[in-house]
Amino acid sequence: MSNKWAIALYVLPALLLVLGLIYIPIVMTGYYGLTEWNGIGAQKWIGFANYSTLLQDGIFWKSALHSLLLAVFSCVSLLLYLIVALILSGQIKGANVLRKIYLIPMLLSSVAIAQLWLKIFHPTNGVLNSVLVSLGIDNPPAWLADTSLVLYAIFIPILWQYAGFYILIYYAALKNIPSSLVEAARIDGASAWQIAFRIKLPLIMEVIKVTIVLAFVGSLKYFDLIYVMTDGGPNNSSEVIASYMYHQAFKSFDFGYGSAVGFFLLVVCLVATWLIRRATASKDSIQYS
Amino acid sequence: MSVAQTAPRAAAAEPGKGAGRKIGYGLLYIALAAVAVLQILPLVWLLFFSLKNNQEVFDSPPLSLPTHWRWENYEKVWTQGNIGVYFFNSVWLTVVSTALTVLIASLVTFAVTRMKWKASKLVLGLFMVGLMIPVHSALIPLFSVFQNLHLIDRPPSLILTYVAFNMPITIMIMLGFYTSLPREVEEAAVIDGCSVHRIFFRIVFPMTASVISTTAIINMIYNWNEFIFVNTFINSDKLKTLTVGVQNFVGQYTTDWGAIGATLMVSILPILIAFFVLSNRIVEGLAAGSVKG
Repeated sequence: MSNKWAIALYVLPALLLVLGLIYIPIVMTGYYGLTEWNGIGAQKWIGFANYSTLLQDGIFWKSALHSLLLAVFSCVSLLLYLIVALILSGQIKGANVLRKIYLIPMLLSSVAIAQLWLKIFHPTNGVLNSVLVSLGIDNPPAWLADTSLVLYAIFIPILWQYAGFYILIYYAALKNIPSSLVEAARIDGASAWQIAFRIKLPLIMEVIKVTIVLAFVGSLKYFDLIYVMTDGGPNNSSEVIASYMYHQAFKSFDFGYGSAVGFFLLVVCLVATWLIRRATASKDSIQYS
Repeated sequence: MSVAQTAPRAAAAEPGKGAGRKIGYGLLYIALAAVAVLQILPLVWLLFFSLKNNQEVFDSPPLSLPTHWRWENYEKVWTQGNIGVYFFNSVWLTVVSTALTVLIASLVTFAVTRMKWKASKLVLGLFMVGLMIPVHSALIPLFSVFQNLHLIDRPPSLILTYVAFNMPITIMIMLGFYTSLPREVEEAAVIDGCSVHRIFFRIVFPMTASVISTTAIINMIYNWNEFIFVNTFINSDKLKTLTVGVQNFVGQYTTDWGAIGATLMVSILPILIAFFVLSNRIVEGLAAGSVKG
């Protein structure tokens, strides 16, 4: 099978879509970032002026810091998911049903999740503060309206949403470990901790690395949830890179500056992927079988 | 690890094993059940307040059952707003985009795994890197190009972007399946003088039914929940999907908790029903999709 026309027919639809709607647009974003443009009128070439503004833009750095914080939180929370998956992959009855229950929030739209958690965090009638008040706490925090708490508050639904997904991945990887290895260790007298940390974890290291990239880069791109819950507020205290780009372009109609932010986001995502890959690349991957 | 090193510890753990193990397992089950409760509880609370009126929401304990099940909340949001329209738009956009994505991805995966051509590695690389590109970095040019092509506020802008942005992950999942597919049948068909198209549509495509359903489910979930493209490209109410529709709708009802709850329930119910029917496939699909990156 090497008929050129046939190949073109099979490859071109996908290739044209991805080139036309992903690759060409990101190149255009790079170009727009070098112009001054309100989205309608003429583009004016201004070189790297947007980027030098970016460097001195306090709100931009604030949003970049928030994105980084979310990314770090997400990576740390992987540890929690890993522990649950380790327990679940032991001889637990009903593990299959449990992991499905864990997964349910992951299937819902970020908008629905955001709306639901807006109600949960509601200062007076939300379930969270109702519970806190009934526990005797008189002045429960205002959560999303509190500039020093809002970012942490937003992270709770994120934790809730993705738990099932990462537990599922870890569980699948742990179940893939040949039981003969675990059995052999048990016969040798290894404790449950030793089996978990010396045998199981090293064997699923590759999967752990992939999830670190997913969690880190995924959090750099968070948008929907934050856009609906706080729209970056109050007072930019939950602004992230993606929401800042959206505000610049589609609220302030500064498409040039917004593009510079968008291009920065792209570069950060690609560099982060590459760096984490490099940092976690094992020189000698362990072969057990 | 050597036997000599660990044997004493194993021996020491031996005596109280029965009871200790039971308590240990009991604690683990409690921990796992607690996680399950935390995952479900917000949704139970949502269901309850969707069936209450404001007075009940504010005055009764948060997790109490509704005293009177107010299904009229659902009736109200379904008849008063555009929820029906949003629902219909979500359904048809999801179905059309998913069908196109799966078909186009099948074609290219077949070409990459079964045909010999020079640029196949390069093309595959483009799809793989595409997985890492954030939607937001392409959003502004997409908006301005669609505007110039008069596609803003028209469904093709959504279908095109849904298909393109889900293409990499769909190809990724299919690739694993195609490479594990036996080639004997195709080779026999080639010898019999079968054309490429016949081989693909009559032999290979039907054989990939299971990966098609896996990728279709993943695509449906992504498309059903998509927000930023609809929010950016669509202005008129009659074209909005549930995600954006719900967002606007909830805005109108800021003080009516029952109506908000009912709206959210309507928007997540199809996904929940699909999950109860297809949970094994969904689990499989998400696990397969995770290997991206």
